[in-house]
Order: sequence, then structure tokens, then C-alpha cells
Amino acid sequence: KMAGVRALGVLSRIASRRYPALTARTHVNYEVKGDVAVIRMNDPNSKVNTLSVQMQREMSEVMEEVWANTAVGSAVLISSKPGCFIAGADINMIQACTNTEEVTRLSQEGQKMFEKIEKSPKPIVAAINGSCLGGGLEFAISCQYRIATKSKKTVLGTPEVMLGLLPGAGGTQRLPKMVGIPSAFDMMLTGRNIRADKAKKMGLVHQLVDPLGPGLKGPEERTIEYLEEVAIEFARGIVAKKIPLTKEKGTMQKLQDYVMSYPVVRNQIYKTVTGKVMKQSKGLYPAPLKIIDSVKAGLEQGPDAGYLAESQNFGQLAKTTESEALIGLYQGQVICKKNRFGTPARPVKTLAILGAGLMGAGVAQVTVDKGIHTILKDTTVPGLARGEQQVYKGLNTKTKKRTITTFERDSILSGLTGQLDYSGFEKADMVIEAVFEDINIKHKVLKEVEAVISPHCIFASNTSALPIKDIAAASIRPDKVIGMHYFSPVDKMQLLEIITTEQTSADTTAAAVAVGLKQGKVIIVVGDGPGFYTTRCLGPMLGEAVRVLQEGVGPKKLDQLTTSFGFPVGTATLADEVGIDVAAHVAEDLGKAFGSRFGGGNVEVLKTMVDLGFKGRKSGKGCYVYQEGLKTKEVNRELDDIMDKYKLTPHPSVSSDSDVQYRLVSRFVNEAVLCLQEGILNSPVEGDIGAVFGLGFPPCLGGPFRFVDSFGADKLVQKMRAYEAVYGDHFTPCQLLLDHANDPSKKFHK
Amino acid sequence: MTSCIQVQELLCTCLMRQMVCFTEPSVKSSLKTTKSKKSLSRPGVKNIVLVEGVRTPFLLSGTTYVSSLLHEGLLNKTALPKDAVDYIIYGTVIQEVKTSNIAREAALGAGFSDKTPSHTVTMACISSNQAMTTGVGLIASGQCDTIVAGGVEFMSDVPIRHSRKMRKTMLSLNKAKTLGQRLSLIGGIRMAHLAPELPAVAEFSTAETMGHSADRLAAAFGVTRLEQDEFALRSHTLAKKAQDAGLLEDVISFKVPGRDIVSKDNGIRPSSMEQLAKLKAAFVKPHGTVTAANSSFLTDGASAVLIMSEEKALAMGYKPKAYLRDFVYVSQDPKDQLLLGPAYGTPKVLQRAGLTMADIDVFEFHEAFAGQIMANLKAMDSDWFAQTYMGRTSKVGAPPMEKFNLWGGSLSLGHPFGATGCRLVTTVAHRLRKEGGQYGLVAACAAGGQVRTYPLSMHCLIAEVHRAAVAQVVKEDD
Repeated sequence: KMAGVRALGVLSRIASRRYPALTARTHVNYEVKGDVAVIRMNDPNSKVNTLSVQMQREMSEVMEEVWANTAVGSAVLISSKPGCFIAGADINMIQACTNTEEVTRLSQEGQKMFEKIEKSPKPIVAAINGSCLGGGLEFAISCQYRIATKSKKTVLGTPEVMLGLLPGAGGTQRLPKMVGIPSAFDMMLTGRNIRADKAKKMGLVHQLVDPLGPGLKGPEERTIEYLEEVAIEFARGIVAKKIPLTKEKGTMQKLQDYVMSYPVVRNQIYKTVTGKVMKQSKGLYPAPLKIIDSVKAGLEQGPDAGYLAESQNFGQLAKTTESEALIGLYQGQVICKKNRFGTPARPVKTLAILGAGLMGAGVAQVTVDKGIHTILKDTTVPGLARGEQQVYKGLNTKTKKRTITTFERDSILSGLTGQLDYSGFEKADMVIEAVFEDINIKHKVLKEVEAVISPHCIFASNTSALPIKDIAAASIRPDKVIGMHYFSPVDKMQLLEIITTEQTSADTTAAAVAVGLKQGKVIIVVGDGPGFYTTRCLGPMLGEAVRVLQEGVGPKKLDQLTTSFGFPVGTATLADEVGIDVAAHVAEDLGKAFGSRFGGGNVEVLKTMVDLGFKGRKSGKGCYVYQEGLKTKEVNRELDDIMDKYKLTPHPSVSSDSDVQYRLVSRFVNEAVLCLQEGILNSPVEGDIGAVFGLGFPPCLGGPFRFVDSFGADKLVQKMRAYEAVYGDHFTPCQLLLDHANDPSKKFHK
Repeated sequence: MTSCIQVQELLCTCLMRQMVCFTEPSVKSSLKTTKSKKSLSRPGVKNIVLVEGVRTPFLLSGTTYVSSLLHEGLLNKTALPKDAVDYIIYGTVIQEVKTSNIAREAALGAGFSDKTPSHTVTMACISSNQAMTTGVGLIASGQCDTIVAGGVEFMSDVPIRHSRKMRKTMLSLNKAKTLGQRLSLIGGIRMAHLAPELPAVAEFSTAETMGHSADRLAAAFGVTRLEQDEFALRSHTLAKKAQDAGLLEDVISFKVPGRDIVSKDNGIRPSSMEQLAKLKAAFVKPHGTVTAANSSFLTDGASAVLIMSEEKALAMGYKPKAYLRDFVYVSQDPKDQLLLGPAYGTPKVLQRAGLTMADIDVFEFHEAFAGQIMANLKAMDSDWFAQTYMGRTSKVGAPPMEKFNLWGGSLSLGHPFGATGCRLVTTVAHRLRKEGGQYGLVAACAAGGQVRTYPLSMHCLIAEVHRAAVAQVVKEDD
């Protein structure tokens, strides 16, 4: 027996000499352990594995060798990277294609490769640790068996829809058969990540393996080794027919399959799902519809038609502006999740927050669960109690969703100190103030804080409009003063706008960005000025919205016009959420700072609303009436009197639905471009990310800058000129926008 | 739970009787190796001694003790004056609501003076270790001279609670004033209310059972199934040998009414490797390595020791068995290092005492799982682990197997959670005398919560605890 093994060893040595390509492989390698080939993936140039051209080529080579090797009975597919199996296909491959036909061919090549995997005569066990997404999941579900670690990093999913695409390598065909039609639609249409235990319940994976703690090697390294050992055992078990490949279906599953066998039922499902998609996407996103279409083709007309539909739909989607916009956002997000200011001199270990209001408590919530000791200070006991309750409630929601245990919740909360005085502030590395938006109050707390904090401590202001240099004017060390503009609700809104003054030191900025990244935020760093970037863009649009209301367009109609343009929240609702008082405040301040360009609607409209107590959702009345426990909201009829008082006559030439939409959007976009022109913005990418993640600019348009690129600066300027003729300088395009209009080769992106 | 008290009464009594009977001179210790230190005795520090240690036979849960629950008081009064004991401390894991201070109930029942204070401690598997070290502390601080410490566990009878909903209803019922209020409360009872709350099987902080944790630990250290089975077999074989040779002299016979006298541990079952290999994984299915045979089993039993200041012991004419010299408790991350206490504690206690591994003649480690013991040995023998996780420059080294658990361990003798600590210490003392060593080391790991049928108590929030005590044999020349 030993001789046989030795002979095999010699053979394989000869084999490797005959194929010099073996040693040249950098992404995929394999090792034969007994009768099992262990195929290991590891992209040397990246933190994650992607199905790039090279990865695919090497994988094909390896698979051919494995299939040809008579000593191998089965295979294990595993990644050597901790935290990532395969994160998806390489987006660059799609972007490199010049037309839909090329992308379709790309999809078909993928389909073919996975078909070979699916029909492999030797069982292949996918051993999954870390993210298994998109093309990675499609690869895994083509394998005969799947084992996943229960690590928190192990997630499975088909996020293609979020990039305006569909699973184009057999995913739309295999998933419905594997997890059932409803779950498959849920996965593909939402793109959400599925954790390992849920994946097991759904039938997406066969077995789970526990991640290991410290041993004679590091936990991550040993966990991968252990996963491999277990997978090898299972691979042998499958060959020996000790491990069944099909799972006995439960009663519910059988029942569901039975019901789904009726075409009538299936058609009803397509109809319902399409209806839901149309309602949520307003028809602005083509990908979900194409996913439904591909699934339907496969189930109703057979696999050939299904795979063909999938590849063709994939080709078409890849070249839509929506997909381009969404991919741009994805890539922008990746950029805004990096700290371009380097590592700060000292990490923030204790963070103090002034003001336990919605904002302050929100910041506390996203900080304390990252292991940063958090001090929450307020001036009153009820205010502090409310804030602490908000943090508790936020964490408790997580226990209900089972993302953390009650023990973890309590242990996290032990890191939060609520207090009314400045005790312990000397230990703080950073103080974020979230007190009332009044320069005098800001100055008062700044002085109080500077009297107690240590010299290295950073003072950050969470203001939405007050210029940071005005706040820093009261500081004895303005290099440590910075703006950190969070968005409400803090635990849900991904954006953080960091504002630096000319005096802010680079290390202060680096520390602020590091804290924001730890809090899980997408970060844009902008220059100082009234309204910074986000609030400043919102200003003209809100001004226009007030004018539109004065012209007799009701809040409901205004919301409908903006949401059908792609804004996730209608402008009237947004104003209520932000607070009419805040909007009035900002409108007045920015109006003073920027002059007539910020005009449009009459500020008095907002002021009158505030006087009458219509401050938005928080006061129960704003543009709408809000009632506790009621999900539907009615228009605030008392608004009619105000609008009557400030009534304006609409100009028929610029008041069609479409014109109203472009009046709102063009002012937003023009202000954004002006911010870039003035250097408030560092790059168009940050401008797009800030507008989409902070203000809800339509994601399908990819942000104001991508919108200008795809819509055409010239066309936009043309529209603005028409509005300018009626309303004046509110619509005067800025110089940079004019430059782009005059030279079509100028693009903000590439 | 009455049974717990009564068995403890028995133990206390026997302890006293044994102390009185103890007259034979013990084996003179002959030092085989040169030690780093001749003695750990320090000027100005009170010497604390183990005078005697006893235990009931450890029995598989659900066997004999079940029928002995109503055991009547059986006290032979002893020659030890009732008031000679200053303080009594008992360790237990499962708290019975009715006898929350079980030490006091047992002390009164055993005929100790009602003037002798007593309290109960809990610290999972090492509850009786905690009882002993608490006693050591009381003597060292000059509070007391004579302490009875022990531990007891009856897994055959664990409290099972009503569901939370039902408890709430029942408590509200107490407060209800009118018949109408009562009826409406009773009317609110649904089927779901009636389901009892079964004892949790998981660690409170991590929701993981200990068997599961042990399996992951074994995997993390690459301990194979074969290694675990071999170690389990070793434990049973050595325990059988020790039992047959009459070495387990700390065991006292125990009369179960209506049954025979129980005088032997009944969990010792030397098997064969073939038979062990047949068992399926018990926790991580199907690919795990921890089986029923290489884990410690549910056990009923109790143990007790008499600890005194050396001065007092000698004055009363006793011949102490060992000095209790030093101890540490350590804690680790409850998720991934739950059962690694001995690896962390051993180097620490050696350092405190100024000894090295080579100075130790007798090792008694608590064997929760064969995989866990092997993992600890591998951790202690790894420079990488010592440097990466323990902040040490080099490994402490694994204890040599020829000094390690030579009379069996928890895997074979059994593991009544609250009572194992006293057994380990008594065994070290006995082995030192028998084998002629000077220093012995006891190590045990405990969980924040306990495995299997134990309802987690809030006291166990500190997750992983470990205790090690270095005992030095009393030289007969003294």
C-alpha cells in the first residue's frame, strides 16, 4: 500500500514537471489529500476573492486537472482568505464590455462553467467561510454539497439587484429550485445577506461548522483548516454514499412544492411580486423586473429558455444608466469607507457626547457598541433618561432581531455613562456636541468643555448649518475643532459629513474619520461654509418646494412628484421629518449667507407654520397630520389658509409635472456643482455619495454629478435657462456646469 | 434537596470521626528531587493545613441516591467538641430556593453548635474550591482557626421552574384582592403557561453548551478523537487500579435506607479503545470528537475537608495532611477560552509560589472532558500560545503524565459539580504521602454556567474561573 502512495507521489511530481503552468498559477491552487482534491482560492492582490478573468481561467484549469486525475474521487472548494469565500464577480469585467452582446456572452460563459461544476462526476464540496455573494453564491450552489461556518462573517446572498443587475451565472435558474420560488424571489429582489444558520434552514447549505477560538494557531487560520478537515470528511462520505446529497423535505416544503406545481398559482405569484416591485421602485429600476422575467422563463418554458433569458437580460441590464449609477454608488461607498487622512496619532477610546437628544443619543448608540467608552451628558435628568432609553431601545431591537444576545446588549450598555456634569471628561479623547443650534450656546459649551478636557482631546460639533470656523472662533485651540454632521436617525442613516476649517489639523481630521468609520459610517470630508455641502444643496430645493406649495401644488402631489423622480422620501415628508423649524432656521441663515440665489418660496410660509406649532412630525403637525399608532397620514388642512395668504400664480410654461420635478432637482444639482466649483467638495464621488446617502437623492440617478453626466449638462442648462427666464437668478447655472455644457467631452466621472 | 443536607450532615459527622480516629503516623516524605525552595513556609505568615478530607462515593446520577432522598439523620456524635468548628462553608452549583444557605441547614442537622456560622458559596465546577479558599482566607486573616469546607451536588434532583408567564400569574395571584381579580388572572392561564421552564443547557453569556465548547476547544488545538479516547481509557484504568488497591481512602461508606451500604464510586468502567471508538459525537454532530465516553458524566456526591491553622491543629493533637500554600483564580473570554483555565492558572500560581513545573511531584487536574484536558496540556506546551495569549515569554510546559492524575479523575470517578474541588485537594494530599512527594498542584476549570441540566444562576456571570492550589506535604519531622 505504501509503495502505491509513493508511486502516486512520483507520478504527481512528473505531472507537475509536464505542466509548467501549474507553478505559474497565483489565484487558484490544489493539493490532493488522499483521494480528495482540495482546491484553494486566494487572490494575492486583494482582501477578497472575486471571480475575475484570471481566477476563472485558473479555476477552469484546476477543475480539468481534478477531473482528469484518476486518483481523485472528490473535491473540496475553499478560500484561504479569512472572512471571504468569493465576494462576487469582478465588476471591471462587465465594465470592460462595450455592448450588451459582450456582456451576454460573459454571462453565458459563466453559465457554462457552473453547468460543468453542477454535472461534475466527482462530488465537489463548497466549504464556505466568510462572504459568499453574487457569483460566489452561484458557484457554491452549483457544487454538490455546501458546508458553511457559523462565523458572523459568513453571509450568503445575491446582491446583484443593488447594482442594477441580476444573478447572471445560473442564479435565477438554480435558486428557485433550491430554496423555493418565494424565498428565491426574496433573496434576489432584496439582495439581502443571509447568515449561515438561516441558510441551513432555507436549504441553501447542508452543514454548519463552528468557528474555533484560539488554539495552537490563530482562530481564523485554524477555523479555515478545521473547515477543510470537516469538508474532506464529508467529501469522502459522499463518495462512499454515507452522506446523502438530497435533504428529506419537510411537510411545509412539500406542501409549498405541491401548490407551486400549479401554473395558476405561479402566475399569481409573478403578478403579486411584480406589483410589489412596481410599487416600491416606481418603475425606475429595471433589474427586479428582469429577475422576475428570467425566473419565469426558466420555470414556464424550461431551462434552455431560462438560461437564455437570464444571459440576455443580464446583458441588457449591464448597459443601463441605472446599473451604471448603482455601481458608481457602490464604488463610491468603498472609497468613502477609507481614511484618506491616515492613522490618527491616538485612537479615540473615550468619547463624550453633549446633549442626549435624538442626535446625541443616536451618536451614543452607534459608538458604544463599537467598544468605545461613551459618556452621554445632558443638562436635565428627564433629558438624559430619554436619551439613555433611546440607546437601550436601539440595542434591544437588535436582540429581538437576534443580531446580538441580551447578554451582549447589557455588556455593551455597561460602556455607556450617563451624567449631568463634566466629570470624567478629562479622560475623553473626543467630545461631540449635539446641543441646540445656537452659536451662543455652542460657544458656551465649547468654553466649558475646553476648561475640563485634556490637551489632546478633539472637539467636534454636530451642527447642520453653522459654519465651524464661527464655532471655533471661541476656541483656544482651533486646530482641534472639527464638524461632524450626522443625519437623523443616526443608527439608520449611513452618511457622516465631516467639516474641516482651514485651521483644523490633519490629525484631528484623521481621528474624526477613524471614529466615523468605526461607527460604520460612509464619510465625506468637506470644506467649511454655511450649510457645508448637504444642507446647502437641500436649501435651494426646499426653497423651490415652498414656492411649488405656494403655487397651489399640495403636499401629497409634491411628494408624489419627487418620489416618482426617484427620491425615496417625498420633499414635503422630508421637511416634516427634518422639522419645519429647522428648515425655516436654515433657510433664513443660508438666505442671508448666499443672497437671492437661495430665494424662491417665501420664508414667511415656514415661519408662520412654526408660529402655529406646525413643526413637523415631532409636533404632530407639519405639512401632514401625524397621529400615534396611525400609519397613514392626512394632509394638514390648516395649511390651506397659510397658502392662500401667500398664494402665487403658477406660470403655465414651467409648471407641468415634469417641469416642477426639474425645477426642484436642477436647483439641487446646480448647488452641488457649485460646491465642487468652490472647493467645498473634494470630488464628485463624495458629492454623489453625500447627496444619495444623506439627502436621499435618487439612487437610480447615482447622485447629482452622475446625473449631470448621464442627463447631459447641456440639456440641464437648457432647462435651467427656461426657468431662469421666469424666476430669475434662482436658476442661473454655475460656471462649472456651464463649462460642462459647453464641452460635452467633460464628464465628472471618468 | 433534603437529601443534600442529610448527606452533608453525614459528611460533617464522618469528618469529625475520622479526625479523631486518625492516629497512625503517616509515611515520611522523602524528597526525590532538589526543589527550588525547601519549603514555602514564610516567616510571619500563618501556616494553614488540611487536616482531613472525606467524600461520599460518587454515583452516576439517577442511580442509588435517587431512592435515598429521604435519608434520615444518622448522626454519631463525635469526639470533636461541637463548638471546635469556628465556621462552615459549603459550595454548591444548583441553588435550591428552599435551602438557599445549604451550609447552615447541613451544619445544624449534623449537630454542630447553632452558634457556628455558616454560608454557601457558588462558582460552578469549582464551588468547593471556593469554599476551601474562603476558609483559608478566614484563617489567614485571623478570623477563625477551624473551618469545615465542602461541596455537594445532586443532579438527580434539580429544581424545575414554572414558566415565566406562569410565575408572573402566580405572583399576581398573591396580590389579587377580590375573587373577580383572581378569576380573571386564572382565566388568563393558557396552555403555554403550563410548560415548565427546563433547566438551561447553555452558557448564559454565550448560549453555548459546555460540551459544544469542549468540542470546539479540542478542534482548535487539533486534539484528535483517538487522543481523547486514549486519555479517557487511561483515566478509567487508573481509577480502577486505585480503587482496587484501596487508595481512594477519602471515600466513606454510606448507608442508603432499604438498600445496601454504598462504599464505592460506581462510574469507573474501564473499556476498550474499540468500544470507545464506536460512540457517536455527543454535541457537534456529526463531525465532532467529544463523546459520552470521553466526557465526565452527571454525578451525585458530596465532599468535605477540615482546614485549620497549623498551630491549632497541633495543639488539638491532629496530624495535618498538607499545608495549603497558595492559590489563584483566573478568568478568560467565556466564548473561546471557556475551558482553558488550568493553562492560564498553572504558570501564575507557580510564579506566585516561586516554584517551577519540575518542583511539582503530584498533579491533580479536573477532567471535565478528555478533549479539554488535552487542549490544556497542548496550550501549556506551546510557546506560541504562551506568547500570543498569555503575555509570557515562553511556555510553562505540560505536566509529565507519570505525575498526572494517577488515581483517575473526573472522567472516571465522576464530577459532582460542587464537590470535585475537595476531592482534588484531598487526593493531592493522599498522593503526596503515598508517593513521597513534596509539592502538589491542583487545577480545575469552571464555566460561567454549567453544562447539561443546570439552570443558570446569575451569580455565575464571571465566566471562566480556575483555581489552583499548591500543597506542600507536612513533614513528619515537624
